[in-house]
Amino acid sequence: MNAPAPNSTAPKSMGAEKIEVVVSAIIPLNDLVTRFEFKRIDGCQFPTFSGGAHTVVEMQDGDLTRMNPYSLMSDPAETQTYAISVRRDDQGRGGSLFLHQKVQLGATMTLSFPVNLFSLDLRARKHLFIAGGIGITPFMAQIKQLDAVHGNWELHYSCRSPDLGTYVDELCAKHAHSVNIYYDDKNQSINLENLLDGQPIGTHIYVCGPKGMIDWVRRTATLAGWPDAHVHHEEFLAPQPGKPFAVRLAKSGLSLEVGENESLLEAMERLGVEPPYLCRGGACGQCETDVLESDGTFIHRDHWLEDDEKSSGIKIMPCVSRFDGKVLVLDR
Amino acid sequence: MSVFKFPESIVSRPVYGILEPRPGRSHLMIADCEGAEAILDLAVQASDLMANTHIIFIPNGTLFGPKLQELNPAQYYEGPSFAAALSRIQRVLSDAVMGLQIYLAGTEGMMGQAQNEAMQAGFDYTAIQTEHRGSVARRMQCVHCKGITENVIIDPFECSHCGLNLFVRDHYSRRIAAFQGVCIDAEDPGNVPTSVELYS
Repeated sequence: MNAPAPNSTAPKSMGAEKIEVVVSAIIPLNDLVTRFEFKRIDGCQFPTFSGGAHTVVEMQDGDLTRMNPYSLMSDPAETQTYAISVRRDDQGRGGSLFLHQKVQLGATMTLSFPVNLFSLDLRARKHLFIAGGIGITPFMAQIKQLDAVHGNWELHYSCRSPDLGTYVDELCAKHAHSVNIYYDDKNQSINLENLLDGQPIGTHIYVCGPKGMIDWVRRTATLAGWPDAHVHHEEFLAPQPGKPFAVRLAKSGLSLEVGENESLLEAMERLGVEPPYLCRGGACGQCETDVLESDGTFIHRDHWLEDDEKSSGIKIMPCVSRFDGKVLVLDR
Repeated sequence: MSVFKFPESIVSRPVYGILEPRPGRSHLMIADCEGAEAILDLAVQASDLMANTHIIFIPNGTLFGPKLQELNPAQYYEGPSFAAALSRIQRVLSDAVMGLQIYLAGTEGMMGQAQNEAMQAGFDYTAIQTEHRGSVARRMQCVHCKGITENVIIDPFECSHCGLNLFVRDHYSRRIAAFQGVCIDAEDPGNVPTSVELYS
């Protein structure tokens, strides 16, 4: 079935099209992770998506509009319900805490259409998934997508402990022969060199988890002769709090102060300046912004700009990067 | 001189680099004719690769075979044509595991077909190293009858299958490993420019 036409009454957006939803289920999975399920308010079907896609969840937290990307972990072919699984981050900026503590069953929220920056390469002969902690979520959807076509995949999933093994029981029950679990508190770890050695030609690696894990997998694969095109990664980047800083927007003629707990992108949006965006996590490149003048130090945190672009001081990704200095003038 | 610098062209046209040693579990080097020189150059930079290298060479009348054998690769095969070497290439690829590095050197027709085999085995084409050496003759597909003509060195040329007069385009298909030849006198049959040698 076709996806419904974009709802013309949905709010306009500089990101992907938006969908108004109601929270249809809140399911605590363990001490840290809760699943949220959504249904459309207009009764239409959700668009199908491809495994690895995320949605940007818009949260109205008092005066503050939070927009956080979360991987869709429901079945990509399921058009009645979307689901995300959210790990509570007590040290974060508050998006996950808002979901965990303030969002209630029946609440209305806004989701973006799915955007995939971590899709399967369907030319692969075999898909090798490596997950760390909450990094399991995109694989939940990818596994369902591949199972529908009897795809060849294998999961290696590292968790802190059995108590925090999100979806371990479900995965092991359904796919006993394809799922391998490693618990930190039992001193189990992925023997990566061994795992990568002897994988059939045409295997693609997908890694999602903490930065250290992603770096380790990419480095190890490169040393073992794996081409970059066969190694895919998705890192959860959230804007980090930081020292407030002042910015002037040349085109809009506005000056603003970026607060400790908001990103530069959010601060611009607060004043009605709307740069394009998709991932809000330093990966997609949509919000890339030219720097017209600067006197200070850039705190680049994105995965988008090349190293020379970062050191040149002429570009910034306002979704995750910050600035420490006297003058910053942007072409917005 | 076996090195030719191709002029800039449309995006579709393959571009070739210079083979460089890369870390890998094993190495597959396929060359024809003067492509052997690219492998010899590579071996000078990294002679230690050879202990894990399989060389497949199609000499086509050239005399590089003994020099390649002197590199002492783990496996060496020489075949009279790409078609003759094909079953071996397919077998090597089907048995291969990740960590394999693929190096292709020589004519565009050979490299295109070998790349196509690696792609069909599930290897991303961007991860295959290529270096052009020797003849600039092309493997052409007639877009009308779909017949393939090997070693086309003049433009326009006559399709060896349907006989149409074909213009040699830079438009390339990785899927069939051939450039596209398009009828040059469709609107005015018989009005065919004099053929000239490619890049002359």
